[in-house]
Amino acid sequence: MTGTSTETRSVVVERDIAFPPETLWRALTQPHLIEAWLMKNDFVPVVGHRFDFRADWGSVACQVLQLEPNKTLAYSWGAMGLESTVTWTLTPTGTGTHLRMEQTGFRPDQQQAYHGAQYGWPRFFAALEQLLGREPS
Amino acid sequence: MPNAQDLLFRTLADPTRRAIFERLCRGGEQTVGALTAQAGVSQPAVSKHLGVLKLAGLVLDRPDGRQTHYSARAGALAPLIDWTSQMAGFWESRFDDLEDLLKRMDQ
Repeated sequence: MTGTSTETRSVVVERDIAFPPETLWRALTQPHLIEAWLMKNDFVPVVGHRFDFRADWGSVACQVLQLEPNKTLAYSWGAMGLESTVTWTLTPTGTGTHLRMEQTGFRPDQQQAYHGAQYGWPRFFAALEQLLGREPS
Repeated sequence: MPNAQDLLFRTLADPTRRAIFERLCRGGEQTVGALTAQAGVSQPAVSKHLGVLKLAGLVLDRPDGRQTHYSARAGALAPLIDWTSQMAGFWESRFDDLEDLLKRMDQ
């Protein structure tokens, strides 16, 4: 793990959803619906709009980057030292919608990794406990 | 990088050593003496733990006259906090809640 701060990595999550793109689009773009599955927010479906996702652990600073109703939505996602872009792509299928989420970002540099480490402590200890639990004592 | 992870897990598996590392993370740079006062073990034991932490790249030492100051190394835990695996789990569970919401919207 000695990569530079410019290395780009991605997370892709895809799922076939049994609802049409129009329904899905509402869930992705209406603040009270977004809150029901993601986080509290002040999202407005306008390119350039800056908004925050807020949770008990902190907030995510975002800006709408791309918007094509019922097809694609992209916003920046900045949290815990991670600068990334989240892109939603909706493709109609015979039975509903293929939903694809891609988050692309930069690996934290040293300073950012430190903030990440502070956030990561609870997870880190959970992982450690799991690891230790698996090993015969 | 399983080797880097193994080393970090092994190094931090010891609760006393982990407590020393946590104290350096939270309290910033400290001397062996200051760490010993809180560690509940002898100064040679604390020094030994600091040596192991240093080998794992978790702490830095800065000699200053007769004293050595120790600090947590920024980014040392980076191999354990690969953001892609964290976010993948996050989004998978958000997708679950999104599907639940869509079912409720449909009713």
